Amino acid sequence: MTDTTIAGPDRPFIRTEMLTPQPPPTAVSGFAGWARQNLFSGPMNALLTLVCAALAVYLLWVFIDFLLLRAVWTGTNREACIAPGVGACWPFITNRFGQLLYGFYPADEHWRPATVFFVAVALIVPLLTPSAPYKKANALLFFVAFPIFAFVMLHGGYFGLRTVETRAWGGLLVTLVVATTGIVASLPLGILLALGRRSKLPLIKFVSIAFIEFWRGVPLITVLFFATYMLPLFLPSGWTIDGLLRALVGVALFSAAYMAEVVRGGLQAIPKGQYEGAMAMGLRYWPMMLLIVLPQALKLVIPGIVNTFIGLFKDTTLVAIVSIFDFLGIIRAAFADPNWATPMTVYTGFAFAGIVYFVFCYGMSRYSRFVEERLDTGHKR
Amino acid sequence: MKKILTALALGASAVFASGAAGAATLDQVKKDGVLKCGVSTGLPGFSNPNEKGEWTGLDVDLCRAVAAAILDDPTKVRFTPLTAKDRFTALQSGEVDVLSRNSTWTSSRDATQGLNFTAANYYDGQGFLVRKALGVKSAMELNGASVCTQSGTTTELNVADFFRTNNLQYEVVAFQGQEETLKAYESGRCEVFTSDSSQLYALRLKLANKDEHMVLPELISKEPLATAVRQGDDQWFDIVKWVHFAMLNAEEAGVTSKNVQEMLSSPNPDIRRMLGVEGNFGEQLGLTKDWVVRIVGKVGNYGEAFDRNVGAGSPLQIERGKNALWTKGGLQYGPPIR
Repeated sequence: MTDTTIAGPDRPFIRTEMLTPQPPPTAVSGFAGWARQNLFSGPMNALLTLVCAALAVYLLWVFIDFLLLRAVWTGTNREACIAPGVGACWPFITNRFGQLLYGFYPADEHWRPATVFFVAVALIVPLLTPSAPYKKANALLFFVAFPIFAFVMLHGGYFGLRTVETRAWGGLLVTLVVATTGIVASLPLGILLALGRRSKLPLIKFVSIAFIEFWRGVPLITVLFFATYMLPLFLPSGWTIDGLLRALVGVALFSAAYMAEVVRGGLQAIPKGQYEGAMAMGLRYWPMMLLIVLPQALKLVIPGIVNTFIGLFKDTTLVAIVSIFDFLGIIRAAFADPNWATPMTVYTGFAFAGIVYFVFCYGMSRYSRFVEERLDTGHKR
Repeated sequence: MKKILTALALGASAVFASGAAGAATLDQVKKDGVLKCGVSTGLPGFSNPNEKGEWTGLDVDLCRAVAAAILDDPTKVRFTPLTAKDRFTALQSGEVDVLSRNSTWTSSRDATQGLNFTAANYYDGQGFLVRKALGVKSAMELNGASVCTQSGTTTELNVADFFRTNNLQYEVVAFQGQEETLKAYESGRCEVFTSDSSQLYALRLKLANKDEHMVLPELISKEPLATAVRQGDDQWFDIVKWVHFAMLNAEEAGVTSKNVQEMLSSPNPDIRRMLGVEGNFGEQLGLTKDWVVRIVGKVGNYGEAFDRNVGAGSPLQIERGKNALWTKGGLQYGPPIR
């Protein structure tokens, strides 16, 4: 049977050309489709969506109304902010901005912490940007040269710089110093402790376990209190240790213990075959750990590591125990100034503190997502 | 921003500063050239950092006066903000030499905390805050009132005692924190707000319209806020005590920071003895002859310090009340310098 004619009485129509592809129906595509599938897939979900949206809009409105629309922007003392119905009292913040950043650091020396801050940003941004060149030189500058530079600049006493005691430091400066020192010190220390805890040498294993369990077993606040008020009773008369140093060492050791357990979790997730494979290649302990095991283990626990960092950043407020006013501490102390006592002072101060802490913590969280995605090798589902 | 090397460098610079508990605090202060003073972490009018980052307040001025008497410079004070929990430990361990931190003088603290209270620089007591519209002039008229207070504090117990002793009816509305209690009072949950009266004045500033509220004159508890020093150094105890008395005596004699230089030529024997023109009373204490001139000239007398920090010259507007001189019906009484 041959088909000489395409159309005929028994075959009224045959399509000769391909259909042009049509866009999917709007019911399942675009924003409308997405919303329909995810937000309004049933009466219950639709109701929940509407309630949550209303709540979100209301809260957003409350914040904008308080922080911006009803806010007071200028003024020199409490008189500016005591009118009925006003919102946030921003002159309270702007008036004390220097104090919030640097604490009791002498006003004519504020350029020193400011310089340190800008140098830190200039070094840390290329260090965290994968495409930036000269990583080794950059790391060397940041981890070796910068701490010395920062210490000389902040503490002074060299090159004709006036000595500024650490007890005069405060505000965001102290928060960043404590957090950065803790973060940078705790990761290597934590890795060593985690490896030590899994070591086959009994002494190393025992020391690591004792260290980790001790520091995890006592509250940081107790450690700081002990170091500040009890230690001087035991030390020979005339010995004191700088208050900020006590806090720095306490925070670093403390977070190292937590970090060790996070890293150990990663080490335990690496299959035995990886170790055996590495050993079969003839690698000794350290090359095996550094080249095969740790890169995989650390990648697995990035969320845990960043979790510890963020917790540490917020824990820095505990240095108030050693009579150092960190960022939150200096805001709270400012509440006591009768010249600024208004109904709105406390709300404004805490709102500002919340915004600043959120910026830093959210920044860390986003960067960790970025690193995770960059290092993703397909284990993720 | 800084690394572990910083920590090491800080360690190397760990100062070999003054010693812990022991005698001769005066010598140590002179050697260091700085007085270590414990203050609160922020109490309006008593110790709080101002906009320039300097500590100000009535408690702060006492430390500045001690520094002025010893070192001739009221700025040579190192202030250590202390919480209520660590204040006494800090004094014992030598972190501070003077504790000028609104601490109530009680027998148990005097006996068991290893410290000596020198003198009360502010007589506080629990008071009542009411709306002026209520038309109440005295706490005795508070029959049937609802009282906002912080739960679980001695404040609550004092209120109960007061109303029971005076056979008055009342209703307690208790809250957890001070801010919440104040908000409850402001929103009309109760007619009376009670707390330490110095606190009432400070909290009143946080009300939307402070002039609609007033603090009643009665105080229903004794809260003498006193300065404390470590036990075991009697010379130091004397110095801190007499610095306060000197400020009182100066006010009583009318010697102020403005007229102290002219007063040096005053014929009044009391003033001549006080200012060191006659006798060597300062030297007996281990200070210099002109110790009162230094204190009053650089910090002021008690009345000036009171006005500037908590009184008429400050937003707090606290009346002298019990803190007036004994000659004006108050309790502040400086023993004679002679």
